[in-house]
Amino acid sequence: MSLPSVQRGGRRAVLALILPVACIALWQWLGSYGFLVEGVIPTPFKVAEAWKVWAFGAGGFTLNPYSGTWWSNLVFSTQRVGQGYLLAILVGVPMGVLIGWSRIAAQLVDPSIQWLRPIPITAWLPFSIALFGIKDFGAIFLITLGAFYPIVVNTTQGARDVDKNLVRAALMMGAGSGQLLRRVILPAALPSVFTGLRIGLGIAWTAVIVAEMVAVKSGLGYVLWDAYYVGRMDVVIADMVSIGLMGYLSDRLVVFVEGRVLTWRRLQSH
Amino acid sequence: MTTAIELAAVDKVYPGNNPVTALWKIDLSIADGEFAALLGPSGCGKSTLLNMVAGFESVSGGALSVYGGPVSQPGPDRAVVFQEAALFPWLSVWENVVFGPKVQGLAPEQYEARARETLKLVGLENFHKHLPVQLSGGMKQRVGIARVLVMEPKLLLMDEPFGALDAQTRLTMQQLLLDVWQQLRKTVIFVTHDIDEAILLADVIYIMSARPGRIQSRIPVDLPRPRNLDTLTDQHFNDFKKRIMQEMRHDAH
Ligand SMILES: Nc1ncnc2c1ncn2[C@@H]1O[C@H](COP(=O)(O)OP(=O)(O)O)[C@@H](O)[C@H]1O
Ligand SMILES: [Mg+2]
Repeated sequence: MSLPSVQRGGRRAVLALILPVACIALWQWLGSYGFLVEGVIPTPFKVAEAWKVWAFGAGGFTLNPYSGTWWSNLVFSTQRVGQGYLLAILVGVPMGVLIGWSRIAAQLVDPSIQWLRPIPITAWLPFSIALFGIKDFGAIFLITLGAFYPIVVNTTQGARDVDKNLVRAALMMGAGSGQLLRRVILPAALPSVFTGLRIGLGIAWTAVIVAEMVAVKSGLGYVLWDAYYVGRMDVVIADMVSIGLMGYLSDRLVVFVEGRVLTWRRLQSH
Repeated sequence: MTTAIELAAVDKVYPGNNPVTALWKIDLSIADGEFAALLGPSGCGKSTLLNMVAGFESVSGGALSVYGGPVSQPGPDRAVVFQEAALFPWLSVWENVVFGPKVQGLAPEQYEARARETLKLVGLENFHKHLPVQLSGGMKQRVGIARVLVMEPKLLLMDEPFGALDAQTRLTMQQLLLDVWQQLRKTVIFVTHDIDEAILLADVIYIMSARPGRIQSRIPVDLPRPRNLDTLTDQHFNDFKKRIMQEMRHDAH
């Protein structure tokens, strides 16, 4: 990296930080001068303090039920997202490739997907609890379902839009159906697949929070609702920020993988 | 002499609300090892004819045979070079070239040496690792040619392979194809709407006319081989070109 580009990167970071820092400063200022409703909106300073206890625990004996549980709850939620999301990819991508490639598969499966899709994952909650109880799999079911739709829809689109001549070239060189799907349709559809993956990941985080608020007794979503019930708005806000952070980091991870997998695409657009 | 490709009264109608008769009663016979050019205006059915031989399109009427057998689907015995090269953009030059042998289930020892030789033949020995997007149009088409030569096909079907290239690159590629063909002597159907290109490359030119697509005349090219780009400025060449242009004008009336 050349020096000017480092400088540009630094300038970008500074510009990006101006707004959040200003907001937090204003929030703190309003709080310290008593403009915020006490007990409803804690100051950033209080939130940071609560977060510290939540993350590292309070020294000595404490009755605080959140003391030192941040990491384990973060891991619970992240694991559920990881499992549900992986399942959604394993089902959604092959299915999308198939629907996009085969007219029969499309006519067989696509209408059902389109009919089920308008049912929001939140509406699946009672059904999921009735079926799986207050267990992990209820959450994973919702995550998988929520992430599945954008993944399958975008993969289908990508598989449908594959250049006809690429297919012809592969057939001419002796590729069978399986090889055509794996070696041509799937890689050609990958840019669309990643669009679906990013949308799906956002929905996966929404789903895990909703599921944990209602259907499981651990994770960031569970803490969020529980803390609200006992009036710990400082923990609520710390929790919200944690969710945002995880959503952001996991999205960056997908973008990173995308950059690795789609080098040819990046070069193409320059 | 063996017949490589035989079309007997072949029709092609594209179905639909307004069916298009792309080809009408095509009779054509191309000998083994012959370089045939299909020459004609855009829309006269050149690609359609080629696609039927390739197995991409079905025949609506008449009989089509390749080395005595019917054509039911595409296959590596009938290699196709597309106008826009149609390389897999996510594969390197090398991976593109070995795609055919690989999907046919050959072991690396069976094709790697040949792939290296073929890439050298088309002048890309130093570009194995490049992605298609990093290549110029002419280089892409070299890969398009290499990936079919490596399969050692009986037939080479080329649909305006140099049509998208600039004039200078096109000349280079024509010279390359002349050299390659001189060595390998494959049976070729070469589609073009460039008269010079057809004369320079082909043993026999089929002039086609449109609406519906028909073979208007068959003209053997009696220019001696080996040919090269100097052939283009040859007196024989110009006489020949005059004849063909008259033939094509005749069609316009
Ligand atoms: N898939 C198709 N469906 C309908 N009509 C087609 C199709 N492909 C080609 N045609 C029509 O058939 C005729 C011949 O087309 P084509 O073989 O592409 O001609 P050329 O290659 O000589 O330009 C044209 O009128 C074209 O519009
Ligand atoms: Mg054409």
